[in-house]
Amino acid sequence: MNVQAKPSITEAVPDDILLKVDNLVKYFPIKPGFLQKTTKFVKAVDGVSFFIRRGETLGLVGESGCGKTTTGRTVLRLHEPTKGSIVFEGQDLRKLKDEALRKKRKDMSIIFQDPYSSLNPRMTVGEIVGEPLLVHGLTNVQERTKRVHEVFAEVGLAPYHYRRYPHEFSGGQRQRIGIARAIISNPKLIICDEPVSALDVSIQSQILNLLKELQQKHGLTYLFIAHNLSVVKHISDRVGVMYLGKMAELTTSDELYKHPLHPYTQALLSAIPRANPEIKLDRVRLAGDVPSPINPPSGCRFHPRCPVAVDQCKVVEPEWREVRPDHYVACHLAN
Amino acid sequence: MLSLAVNKDALVLFKKNLASFWEIYRRNTMGLIGLFFLIFFGLLAFLGPHLVSVTTLVVDGVTQTLHPPTPGYWLGTDNLGKDILAGLIIGTRVSLLVGVAAATISMTIGTIIGIVSGYYGKTVDALLMRFTDVFLVIPWLPLVLAMAALLGPSLGNIVFVIGITSWAGTARIIRSQTLSVKERPYVERARAIGAGGTHIMLRHILPNVFPLIYANTVLVAAIAILSETTLSFLGMGDPTRISWGMMLHYAYEMGAVINMAWWWLLPPGIFVVLVVLSFTFVGYALDEVFNPKLRRRDL
Repeated sequence: MNVQAKPSITEAVPDDILLKVDNLVKYFPIKPGFLQKTTKFVKAVDGVSFFIRRGETLGLVGESGCGKTTTGRTVLRLHEPTKGSIVFEGQDLRKLKDEALRKKRKDMSIIFQDPYSSLNPRMTVGEIVGEPLLVHGLTNVQERTKRVHEVFAEVGLAPYHYRRYPHEFSGGQRQRIGIARAIISNPKLIICDEPVSALDVSIQSQILNLLKELQQKHGLTYLFIAHNLSVVKHISDRVGVMYLGKMAELTTSDELYKHPLHPYTQALLSAIPRANPEIKLDRVRLAGDVPSPINPPSGCRFHPRCPVAVDQCKVVEPEWREVRPDHYVACHLAN
Repeated sequence: MLSLAVNKDALVLFKKNLASFWEIYRRNTMGLIGLFFLIFFGLLAFLGPHLVSVTTLVVDGVTQTLHPPTPGYWLGTDNLGKDILAGLIIGTRVSLLVGVAAATISMTIGTIIGIVSGYYGKTVDALLMRFTDVFLVIPWLPLVLAMAALLGPSLGNIVFVIGITSWAGTARIIRSQTLSVKERPYVERARAIGAGGTHIMLRHILPNVFPLIYANTVLVAAIAILSETTLSFLGMGDPTRISWGMMLHYAYEMGAVINMAWWWLLPPGIFVVLVVLSFTFVGYALDEVFNPKLRRRDL
C-alpha cells in the first residue's frame, strides 16, 4: 500500500510512536483433506497499516469476522504474520528469534475477551497473576507474592483472593484478575481484545474506568478491540474501522463520530441506538451479508453493499490515504 | 497469621472438592463394588504375611498332598502339601505390586510421550506417534516373552517388561487430550506472557490431563496384573516368589486338571479375575466422575 511507498518510514520511526504496523497480512490456509495441497486461504487480515503513539488508546472496531481480533493476536505474534512488519519500540518483532521474542513479551500483554476460559481452572488466582513474573525469572516466592498483592490492590481485588480458584469469582472479578495479570510485568503495550463484551453493562463501565485509571497511572498504551461503538468512543483517542480484513477508516475519536468519511463508518454510526425516541433516525441500512473472506469482492471490498458505490469501486482497490491531517480513509469518494 | 488463614482456606476447599467427588462417585454401583474389592485386596496384600504362618507353606510330607478342602486347610493342599489359601494370600502382594509398579512406569512413559507429541505437533508429533504405532502393532505376547526370556526371570524384570510394552495406548489418549487442552485460551494466554514450552506443559497441560491419567492408570494396572499372571503361567515368572500366576503355572504343570484338583486351579484364577474386574470397575467409575459428559443427567 502507499504507506510503504513513502521512503524511510520503517527505518526511522518517530520516538513518540510505540507500535507501527505496516501492511500486515495474515492468511489461514484451508486444507481440503489429508495430504492434499492447500489451495484456498481465509484472508483474515489483508494489508492493515496503523500506528499507536505512546500513552494513547487506539480503538479497533468492526463486525464479527472482520479480522480485528486476528490483527491484535498477529501483532503479538500469537499468530505468525504472513506478510508485513510490526515495529515495536523501533524493533521489528517479525525478525526476533523465539527466545528474544519470549523476553520481549514482558513489554506487551493481552487481555482476553472471555474471562471464563482464559484462566486456568487448576491454578489459584495468585499463581495466575504471578505467572508472568515466574516466567520472566522472578523465582523468589516472597517477592512474587508481595508484587501480586500490590497489583491486587490496584485492580480492586482483596488479599484473601490469593488462594482462591477462578471458578469462585464473578465475570467482572475475573476480568480484574485478567487485568492484574496483564499489568504485573509493567508492560508498555496492552492489547485489550474485547475485554468488556462478555460482561454485563453495569460491570462494563467499572472495568473501562479501571483501564483508564491504570493507563493514567502507568502511562500504558492500549490497542482496544471491540464491536461496541459507544465503548470504543468512551475509551479511545483514535479509532480504526475494519471491514473484511482491511482498514476502512482511521482517525481521532471526535473526528470519526462527527465527520465519518467512509460509507461503512457512516452506516455503523447510524446503527448506534439512541436513548431519545424523539430523534428521527436517518439509518443507513446495508443490504446483504458480509462476503466471505476466502473470496473477497474485487476492487473495494465494500462495494457490493455500499450505498454510493460507482463503477470504479468494482475494479480499482481504493488507496489508504491521509485525506486530512490524522484522518486516513480507503475510499475513492472521500475528500 | 495471614498464611495460617490462607492454609485453612485451601484445606476447606480440598475437603469440599473431596466431598463433591464422593457425592458423584457413590452413585456408581459398579465403582463401589470395585472399590470394596480393591480395599479388600489391598488389606490382604498389606497384612498377608501376618495372617498365615510360614509352616503351612512348607513342604510337609506325603500324607497331605493334593488334599481337598477341609477345616484347617480351607482350600486344600497342592501336590507338595502346601496350603492353597496361604499361597493365595501371600501371592496377593506380588500381584498388586507388579500391577501398580508396571502401571506407574507405563503411565509415566505414556504421559511424557503423549504430552510432548501433542504439544509440539508437526515433526515431533509425527516421529513420536510412528514410534508409538510400532509398539501398538507389534504382537504383544511374543515381544513380552522374548524380552522376559532375555532379561531372565525376576520380579523387577517382569515389572520393567510389562511397563515398557504397555504405554502406547496411554500415549495416544494423553496426546488427544493434550491437543484439546493446548487450544484453550489460558494456554494461548500463557504463550502471550512469554511462557516457554516446558512451563506450559508442566503448569497448564499436565494438571488438566491429570484426571485422565488417574482413570487410565487404574485400567492399565488391571492389564498389568493380567500380564504378570500370563507371564508367570507361561513360566517366565520369578520362581522364588509365590504369585497367583505361579500357582496356576504349577497347578497346570503338575496335573491339577487330570487329578480333578479344582481347589488348586480355581481359586487363583478367580482371584485374578476379581482383582482385574475391580480395577476396571474403579477405572470406569473414575472416568465417569472426571468426564461430565458420561455422567447421568439426574444430578
